[in-house]
Amino acid sequence: MKLTTPLTDASVQNLHAGDTVEITGTIYVGRDAAHKKMVEALDRGEKLPVDLNGQIIYYMGPSPTKPGQVIGSAGPTTSGRMDAYAPRLMEIGLKGMIGKGLRAAPVKDAMKKYKAVYFAATGGAAALISQRIKKAQVMAYEDLGAEALQKLEVEDFPVIVVNDVFGGDAYEDGKKKYAKK
Amino acid sequence: MREIQANQISETVARLAIEANHFLGDDVVAALQQARATEESPAARDVLDQLLKNVEIAKQGTFPLCQDTGVAVIVVELGQEVHIVGGNLNDAIHAGVKKGYTDGYLRKSMVAQPFSDRKNTKDNTPAMIHTDVVPGDKLKITIMPKGGGCENMSALAMLTPSAGRKGVIDFIVNTIDKAGSNPCPPTIVGVGVGGSSDQAMWLAKKSLLRPLGSPNPDSENAALEKELLEKINNLGIGPMGLGGRTTSLAVHVLTTPCHIASMPVGVNVQCHSARYKEAVL
Repeated sequence: MKLTTPLTDASVQNLHAGDTVEITGTIYVGRDAAHKKMVEALDRGEKLPVDLNGQIIYYMGPSPTKPGQVIGSAGPTTSGRMDAYAPRLMEIGLKGMIGKGLRAAPVKDAMKKYKAVYFAATGGAAALISQRIKKAQVMAYEDLGAEALQKLEVEDFPVIVVNDVFGGDAYEDGKKKYAKK
Repeated sequence: MREIQANQISETVARLAIEANHFLGDDVVAALQQARATEESPAARDVLDQLLKNVEIAKQGTFPLCQDTGVAVIVVELGQEVHIVGGNLNDAIHAGVKKGYTDGYLRKSMVAQPFSDRKNTKDNTPAMIHTDVVPGDKLKITIMPKGGGCENMSALAMLTPSAGRKGVIDFIVNTIDKAGSNPCPPTIVGVGVGGSSDQAMWLAKKSLLRPLGSPNPDSENAALEKELLEKINNLGIGPMGLGGRTTSLAVHVLTTPCHIASMPVGVNVQCHSARYKEAVL
C-alpha cells in the first residue's frame, strides 16, 4: 500500500505487521550518535533541531555523496542500537521508525502506548534504496559526518511493517511459519 | 630477494577497496540466485530479488553495494623472499585504505576511542591487518570489508571437552537464532573450533575467505558444515528475518588443535554482502 508522511494516529492504525508499504514524503535520518545527542538535548529541556511530531526516522548512515548525486548508498542499519533512545522520541510524537533487525520489548511496548510503527527496509539493498531518495539535506550535527541528522524527500520508498500498534510482529510470524523441527 | 615497492602495495589496496565494495563475487551472486530459485516464502523471494537488483546497480560503479563499506580487514600472505622497499608493509596498507575509501567515496566507519568520545578517524583507518609469512617471493593481499551489523553478532564460547560435537552445534545454532534478522540474512556463518580464544575467533573469520560452493577439504568438517546449515535453515528466520528457507547460504568450519582442557568455539557472521577481493604482487 501507499503511505504519505506525516503520519497520524489514524494512519498508523491502518498498518499491520507484514504489510508491504511504499512511503512518499519527508523522512528524517539519524543513527547512534544523532540519537544520543537528541536524547541528551531533551534531558536538558532543550528543543530538538527538527520537530519529530508525526514523523518517521530512518536509521541510516549513507556512504558519501558523489558530485551530481542526491545521496550515496543508503540502506538501513541495525535498529536495536537505537532501542535505548526510541521510547523517548515516541513520547514526543515520533510515529515511525525504519531500520532492520530486532527491537527490544520496551520499544514494542512504547509503540503500542504511543501509537508508532516499526518498518524494515532491506539491509544491504543500499544502492537500490538510494534510487528512491529524491532530496537530502543535513539538518543538524554536521560534524558527525555519516551520522548527521538529515531530512530526505522520498518517493515510493519500499518497506515492510514489522511491528504494528497492535503488538503484531512480522519477524515472529515469519519465523513461526517457516521453522522446521 | 624480490623487491616490491610500498606504494605499489598502497595502490593495490586502494583499488581492491573500491572493487570489493562495488562488485559482489560470482560465487555469492550464484548462491543468492540459487536461494531465489528454491525459496518458498513470497516475502523472502522479494528480498532476494531486491538484493540481486542491488548487485546490478552497484556494479555500474557509482553506488557501493552497501552504505556500510566496512572495516577494512586485510589478510596478507607475505612470501619470505619478498623485500618491501620505500616504506613498511603496515603503513603502506593503511595508506591504501585511506586512499581507496577517500577516492572511492566509501563510508568512513572507524572511530578512534571506542568507549568515550568515539571521534571518527575520517579516513577509515586503521585497517585490521592479519599477516602470515609463507614460502615464496609473492605478496598476496585480500581485502574483506566487514560491516558492523553482522560483526556485532559474533560470539565465542569456551566449551568444556565434555560438551562434544553436540555442544558445538548447539552453541552455533543458538548464536544464529538469537541474531535473528540483525546480521542481514541470508548470512554466511564462519566457525572456528579449537586453539585458544583468539585463534578460534580468527579462524571463524578466516573461514569466510573460502569461496562459496567450494568443498571443505576435511570430511569431518564438511559433515559438520552440512548439519549446521540444515539446522540453521530450519530455524525459519529467512532473508532479512521475514521468514523463509534461507537463513544462511553456507557454514564454513576451520579447526585447529587445542589444550586438553579446552574446546573454544568462535562464530563470525558475514552478511549477504560478502565482499572480498584479492591481488597477488
